[in-house]
Amino acid sequence: MTANIDINVEKAEKNLLDGRRLNLKWIALFVALGLTVPFLFDGYTVFQATMVVIYAIAILGLNLLTGFNGQFSLGHSAFYAIGAYTAAVLVNQLDFPVYVTIPLGGVVCFVAGFLFGLPALRLEGLYLALATFALAVAVPQILKSSHLEGLTGGVQGLDLFRPSVPEFIPLNMDQWWYLIAFGIMLLLFWGAWNLINSRSGRAMMAIRDNPIAARSMGINTSLYKSLTFGVSAFYTGIAGALGAIIVEFVAPDSFTFQLSILLFIGLVVGGTGTIWGAVFGGMFILLVPNFAEQISTGLSYAVFGVILILVIYVMPSGFAGLVNLLLSRLRKLR
Amino acid sequence: MVTGKKLALTLVAAAGLTLTAQLASAEKMYGPGVTDTSIKIGNTMPYSGPAAAYGTIGKASAAYFAKVNAEGGVNGRKIEFISLDDGYSPPKTKEQTRKLVEQEGVLLMYEGLGTPTNSAVHAYLNHKKVPQLFVATGATKWGQPEKFPWTMGWQPSYQTEGKLFARYVKENVKDAKIGILYQNDDYGKDYIHGMREELGDLADKLIIAEESYEVTDPTINSQIIKLKDSGANVFFNVATPKFAAQAIKKVRELEWNPIFLNNSVSNSVGAVYKPAGLENSKDIISLQYYMDPTAPETQQTEAYKKWAAWMKEYNPDGDLLNTFNVFGYLNAQTLVKVLEQCGDELTRENVMKQAANLDFEIDMFLPGVKVQTSPTDFYPIEGMMPVQFNGERPVPIGKVVTLSK
Repeated sequence: MTANIDINVEKAEKNLLDGRRLNLKWIALFVALGLTVPFLFDGYTVFQATMVVIYAIAILGLNLLTGFNGQFSLGHSAFYAIGAYTAAVLVNQLDFPVYVTIPLGGVVCFVAGFLFGLPALRLEGLYLALATFALAVAVPQILKSSHLEGLTGGVQGLDLFRPSVPEFIPLNMDQWWYLIAFGIMLLLFWGAWNLINSRSGRAMMAIRDNPIAARSMGINTSLYKSLTFGVSAFYTGIAGALGAIIVEFVAPDSFTFQLSILLFIGLVVGGTGTIWGAVFGGMFILLVPNFAEQISTGLSYAVFGVILILVIYVMPSGFAGLVNLLLSRLRKLR
Repeated sequence: MVTGKKLALTLVAAAGLTLTAQLASAEKMYGPGVTDTSIKIGNTMPYSGPAAAYGTIGKASAAYFAKVNAEGGVNGRKIEFISLDDGYSPPKTKEQTRKLVEQEGVLLMYEGLGTPTNSAVHAYLNHKKVPQLFVATGATKWGQPEKFPWTMGWQPSYQTEGKLFARYVKENVKDAKIGILYQNDDYGKDYIHGMREELGDLADKLIIAEESYEVTDPTINSQIIKLKDSGANVFFNVATPKFAAQAIKKVRELEWNPIFLNNSVSNSVGAVYKPAGLENSKDIISLQYYMDPTAPETQQTEAYKKWAAWMKEYNPDGDLLNTFNVFGYLNAQTLVKVLEQCGDELTRENVMKQAANLDFEIDMFLPGVKVQTSPTDFYPIEGMMPVQFNGERPVPIGKVVTLSK
């Protein structure tokens, strides 16, 4: 018991000390690389890169909940769907400008996530995973239901057309939207970083590491847990709205339970409890299924499974964990 | 003298050669994905995920192209069929379609499966002016040449089937009084819309009762009772399998004996007629457009033997009882026909022009069913054969009902 607490203290301290300063060199490199993508590659690759960025945002949302607050969710496809449908319905039914729907998708999801977080407070671990699973399974059916059909377009889904790129900007559609998504991602990453390294972030992690100790230190665990749920849903909702705009179409079949699982895989592969690991998680869930299909169409899931097992085996703490390990080895060598 | 003659001949021959070469190069016009020896065709299919059963269609079509290639290809060009998995997820369909169009550089997209998945790329392909041919879905929206000139469906749409049932009633039933049960959504309404349109002015006179149900309703008993009480002598059942089976049971239980028309969504023996009781399901009429490979009558035909031989050689893992293998086989032949008609002018524009200029029969179709299109008619199959369930299987009765003139 004592040993256990010691480890937790060390972990918390490491987060407190290491996380506080932004490594500007690395960030500048990352931003520079990110900005060159749309000018180096063709439209399809830029589209894929945009999807990676969108998945990275959604995975970061899930990571805030699972990695930093210790609550499991298999229901993030539901929030992604709500964000996507918010954008599509606002554009279709109320003629909102596309750009405005992105933050609105996030806000609607924040409310939905916060409200869902309240009853979910009573559930922990596996039970919470099951409750969120129920949410993921229910949402596509609700979207199809005849009562909402006038709004959601039912099984047929909704088209959503992007306005053309403003004339004074010499970019094509793919490049323009990639840069928008990339910018939003940077903004959200920065937001997450500030959140994690604030008083609230420390409270979130304290709840994850030892809820009883956290409560006895005066942290309002219920409030923080619900709020984290809301913020997590906010991130995923923004990703959903962006996704709807990039794909230019939403349908209930776009947001099945499988999406939740993919986000979860992205979270684990990227590394729980890290912020930038989400980018790698996004790459993994977009590119590896394609790669698996190239190897064998009939056995693509089997190939995907094998790759996943190998990755988990080689990088038990995710990609971010592997990089941290290598960096610390390098430092020791010096 | 001799030398002069020789020279002249050589000159003439040379001139002739240059001329033919010039003619040939003038005739040959290639869009993306076409060379002298190959044509690239793109496709998306759910090989994984909830709708993976439909993947059979993609495999069957690929097997048909393999046969065409083995026999020398289309006008000497081999079909390179690139079929990617979209898992029935619309965002994935968009990604894979963009990959096929922008990276693989396919000439056209063909036989994409599913309504939501095709919807996700409908606008994109029309914007890019890439043909989206013979999509495997029953929705009505794939045949709008004015709005979406690059998209064409294949199988009869729900609306077309509704029209054909109307034709059938007009041609075969005297003093028809129609009662309709339908599912209250796009699918149900498409059928009603088709039937009303075809009946025209007669619609309000002939259709004396319409009852709808919601997918969430536990039973449809009260609707059936109302329909019976209306005095209808034709019952048109536009319900999905579970409700269709309930309807059959209830109709027989009430000892109501109308002419029973059943939509093709629910004409499966295993999923509907068996649960409803084979005896109860006797005499129910539905519409089909291609042969049922499980029927003994079919298995006697030349068409079936040809199909079975192809299955054995090119699709040996395929199930001879699976109708999807017929669907993929027939649909692929439609594309091959379009490519043949294109000749050496394999541009995207010409592909659409030829796709809108089809008139032919395929051997596994029921006799009289045709593929017919025109620049204003983007619904290739608009004829179906009425079949009656005899307690074991549906048997063709009478002649094909068709919308073509």
